[in-house]
Amino acid sequence: MTVKDMVEKLGLSIIAGKEGVDKEITTGYVGDLLSWVMANAKAGAVWITIQSHVNIIAVASLINLSCIIVAEGATIDKETIVKANEEKIPLLSTNKNSYEIIKELIEIGIK
Amino acid sequence: MKLNFEVDGDEFILAGEASSQVKKILKQLGVSSEIIRRIAIAMYEAEINMVIHANGGKIEVEITPKKVYIVLKDTGPGIPDIDLAMQEGYSTASEEVRELGFGAGMGLPNMKKYSDDLKITSEVGKGTTVEITVYI
Repeated sequence: MTVKDMVEKLGLSIIAGKEGVDKEITTGYVGDLLSWVMANAKAGAVWITIQSHVNIIAVASLINLSCIIVAEGATIDKETIVKANEEKIPLLSTNKNSYEIIKELIEIGIK
Repeated sequence: MKLNFEVDGDEFILAGEASSQVKKILKQLGVSSEIIRRIAIAMYEAEINMVIHANGGKIEVEITPKKVYIVLKDTGPGIPDIDLAMQEGYSTASEEVRELGFGAGMGLPNMKKYSDDLKITSEVGKGTTVEITVYI
């Protein structure tokens, strides 16, 4: 499933990084501590977090994550948006919490 | 090939920039994605530490057909007890930095785990040098 398919199915908002929406999603990872995400998230994963500052883009880009979903409607910094566009990392937003959005990801077949 | 980077300690926004550039170069050189992942994780952790703890510093990266050797030098406060700092979960990061998802006490353990060789030399009040080697 591509990021674009997931966005359409779950009605997520694309905040930035539109150029990267054709990436394939392999699996998911949830976490707000960046070192844990760096060490454990698999390439191609959709990352669910409540962190929204610019360093999340560096993390996603360095370990080749497919996209980031910022949960709980957390406010996203301007620098994060600029960097997501530069790095072509789709930055998505939802008002749902991490648990609710993961449940939906599983329902649409992301394992 | 040798690369040099200056890491600005005030520019939290740019933290990770040097690691991103190294990753791109290694990709162009055709290094395998698993090796690139290990280098990116170890170097990013070290780079972030420089920004969080030491107000920036200098990074030298040497790439040969056999290995990637990264030296990160700062003139920060130094590490009083390296063995303690190596323990998972131990962190001296500020509350402000922790709220951003850093300071989980996994930086040095991740560097150790993802490098083939890690050497840390530090003197309190003078600074810290981290040497990371990953064989290709």
